[in-house]
Amino acid sequence: MKHLRSIDELGHDGLVRLLNLTQHMVEVNRRPIPKVPALRGRTVVSLFFEDSTRTRLSFETAAKRLSADTMTFSVSTSSVNKGESLRDTVETITDMGVDAFVIRHKSTGTPWQISEWTTASVVNAGDGWHQHPTQALVDCFTVREALGVERFDGLTLTIVGDIKHSRVARSNISAFSMLGAKVVLVAPPTLLPPDVAHWPVEVSNRLDDVLARTDILYMLRLQSERMAQGHVPNLREYAELFGLDAKRVAKLPTRAVVMHPGPMNRGVEMLVDPSTLPNSLIHQQVSNGVAVRMAVLFDLLAGESSAANLQQVTP
Amino acid sequence: MGNIVMSADDVRRAITRISHEILERQQGADKLVIVGLQRGGAWLADAIGTAINQIEPQAGVPVGYIDVSMHRDDIGLRPVVPGAISRISFAVDGSTVVLVDDVLFTGRTVRAALEGINAYGRPRAVQLAVLIDRGHRELPIRPDYVGKNLPTHIDDDVRATEAGVVITNQVAP
Amino acid sequence: MTPTGRVVLQGGRVVDSRGERRADVAVDDGVVVEVGEHLVGGRVIDATNCVVAPGFVDLHAHLREPGKEEAETIETGSRAGAMGGYTALVAMPNTDPPHDSVAVINFVREQGKRAGLVDVVPSGCITLGRNGEALAPMAELAAVGVRIFTDDGNGVQDELLMRHAMEYGKGLGITLAQHCEVATLTKGAVMNECQCCTSLGLPGWPSIAEELMVFRDIELARLTGARMHFLHLSTARSVELVRAAKRDGLPITAEVTPHHLALDETRLATFDTVYKVNPPLRSPADIAALRAGVIDGTIDAIATDHAPHPRRDKELSLDQAPFGMLGLETALGVALGVLQVDLTHLVRVMSINPARIAGIADRHGRDIDTGAPANLVVFDPTVAWQVAPDSLASKSRNTPYVGMTLRGKVRHTMFNGTFTVLDGAAQR
Repeated sequence: MKHLRSIDELGHDGLVRLLNLTQHMVEVNRRPIPKVPALRGRTVVSLFFEDSTRTRLSFETAAKRLSADTMTFSVSTSSVNKGESLRDTVETITDMGVDAFVIRHKSTGTPWQISEWTTASVVNAGDGWHQHPTQALVDCFTVREALGVERFDGLTLTIVGDIKHSRVARSNISAFSMLGAKVVLVAPPTLLPPDVAHWPVEVSNRLDDVLARTDILYMLRLQSERMAQGHVPNLREYAELFGLDAKRVAKLPTRAVVMHPGPMNRGVEMLVDPSTLPNSLIHQQVSNGVAVRMAVLFDLLAGESSAANLQQVTP
Repeated sequence: MGNIVMSADDVRRAITRISHEILERQQGADKLVIVGLQRGGAWLADAIGTAINQIEPQAGVPVGYIDVSMHRDDIGLRPVVPGAISRISFAVDGSTVVLVDDVLFTGRTVRAALEGINAYGRPRAVQLAVLIDRGHRELPIRPDYVGKNLPTHIDDDVRATEAGVVITNQVAP
Repeated sequence: MTPTGRVVLQGGRVVDSRGERRADVAVDDGVVVEVGEHLVGGRVIDATNCVVAPGFVDLHAHLREPGKEEAETIETGSRAGAMGGYTALVAMPNTDPPHDSVAVINFVREQGKRAGLVDVVPSGCITLGRNGEALAPMAELAAVGVRIFTDDGNGVQDELLMRHAMEYGKGLGITLAQHCEVATLTKGAVMNECQCCTSLGLPGWPSIAEELMVFRDIELARLTGARMHFLHLSTARSVELVRAAKRDGLPITAEVTPHHLALDETRLATFDTVYKVNPPLRSPADIAALRAGVIDGTIDAIATDHAPHPRRDKELSLDQAPFGMLGLETALGVALGVLQVDLTHLVRVMSINPARIAGIADRHGRDIDTGAPANLVVFDPTVAWQVAPDSLASKSRNTPYVGMTLRGKVRHTMFNGTFTVLDGAAQR
């Protein structure tokens, strides 16, 4: 595996490998000096065409803890708006000597396009509504740690909210299914993709119906622009039907955990203070982010997945 | 087919001797910690730690384990797959760390461990205990405690466990 | 250019509206002078194993000039057309400036004549600037010979304006051609709305966005009696709507592109922007219905929607890359590969019908008889070939057929009695 572009490309074995490797990285991060020399001399470029300070910082911290050099390329400082093609941009940066691109783009598929134009590894940090594989790795790892299980057989993951426009949902549906979880999607029909019949999911339009059999409740962020587009009439009505309030928390099984990929919309999908929830994993999701991204970069540039890259340079 | 160069009893006796030597050299167990190199050195570190704590029942010498894969010097030359996870749940600052590995060969793993241990703090001293020193050093590294010096061919395979030490000649005769 | 004396196309099968027959065709001074067996005299050009047919007519070519000469010029587009066996191209109006004034129409026509490789037939805009707000000066444009009007690239969204365009156009004896797309349903859309787009997270382009406008315009045509042509239909239901309208005797025609007959929506799973087209590639069921529509005559014409884009523009993300792919040089090979039709029907949908719809049946798509203008194509319907991007005559390279084996290739193209393509090579 030269790139990490989607959970499906990664596959079950790759998923488990990265989750196991993450455990190493968690240990590294707990050391008094949380830095290893593994990627000395390697260069990781974050190529962010869409703003996401959190994800970018998480990747750059990960790269630095592995001693890689980092470069940041953000759209505001780029020539992409000056008529240069995406390919020209990528080829120019590749020529500077790059080992991995970390890419965030508002359009589906850019990590695949870019991997055609560069010799470097490509890590998808979110493409359009399509995939966000490192977020799914974070979420799987967080659940694994919290529940102390390696497989999710018998667990039900309920994802609530704007599934249609969510790359996090698409990656998590694949990843949690691979590990054996049952996935339930809860959303108003306007926020579901056009045809989910081929997905390994159950669909419900009523959150209250599924809470009692939920082990992992995953709340998605509702972007306010969805109202302008007529997907939902207003935030109050959405919160009423799909927000997590105290009444709904009470309906959850006592051991059920609550997750959110952030940033959270308090008063919309999250009507309770998450710090008051007994089983909120939201903080762990953030803190595991760096370790997961360290595992991904290490795997691609130095670990098992680097075999393909190394063969290219060995005469 | 390999040749047995140490029996289980030989191994047990060597561990006891090394444990005594460690205590002798340190003049006790004060601020002494044992760190086994994952994975081959882990069992040996456990055995030495147990022996030391039997010899000096009040010592309470802690045993930790370090995975050095992320400190190796051959990263980028071949895929590196980390083994077991490092576990060092005690302070390293100011202590005497005895690194423990089963077989000392090129010295590159020990070099990685010397680097790795620094991430946990600044030891007062670092020493090295191995069950087998098979020669062929590529770095200026010398063990402080040795179970057995074993001349080997560079292609030989040496396996060291509690059940004994076996050498296998990998080159066809 | 000056015709160079008598030429005999020897050993081919003549295919026109009356069917297929063995015959040589002699051409002199820009017209067919003799059709029959064993013709002699003049320069002999081999047509063995080939079909000799009226030159193809493309109802839908984006020639990009004026405004985007980086992608294509009228000359390079004409040459690409000639290589594909075309002798006439209807030039789409979405240039910069667009075809909404006599000046631009004359410019396009003049550039076409200067190139001299095909008849460049400018279409006119329905609305000023293709903005969908006010009618273009249709009568003025019709007076200088424009016969087909469209805002292609955009559908005319406003129902009242479209009704007026039809009523006004009917008085002028012209045809209105609609790009059927209800824009509010396709905002940001990149690919067909389907299972595939669900998984890829690509904004979906529902079939209904096309079908609603097909339905609306059929009903407006019923109301006004205007002649209506539907551009690049892509869905099964659109075909069904047109079939029913034709059964009712409405003056309606329709076209389909080679790529909508050959490629399905899953192509976009490669994220290659070459497959981003408007309307989008659809499902296998839609493809089957479109093919059936061509075979039973519901769909009158195969039109390329030849849409050249420079490398730089297609090497953008899927949301930013422009719609469209090349078509002129591959249309025959693609059509022959995917359609189980006899050659007479193929010539009907590639030449005879489009010539009639474009209002140029006096000089194109005519039966091959003495006295007919020598706008002819000679093609080998069975030879297999591969598309090599570097050999394309178009200025752009956005073809999806690289590496695919196509069946059927143009050997010679003759425009007004002169070879524009001879033995597969462009003559100018």
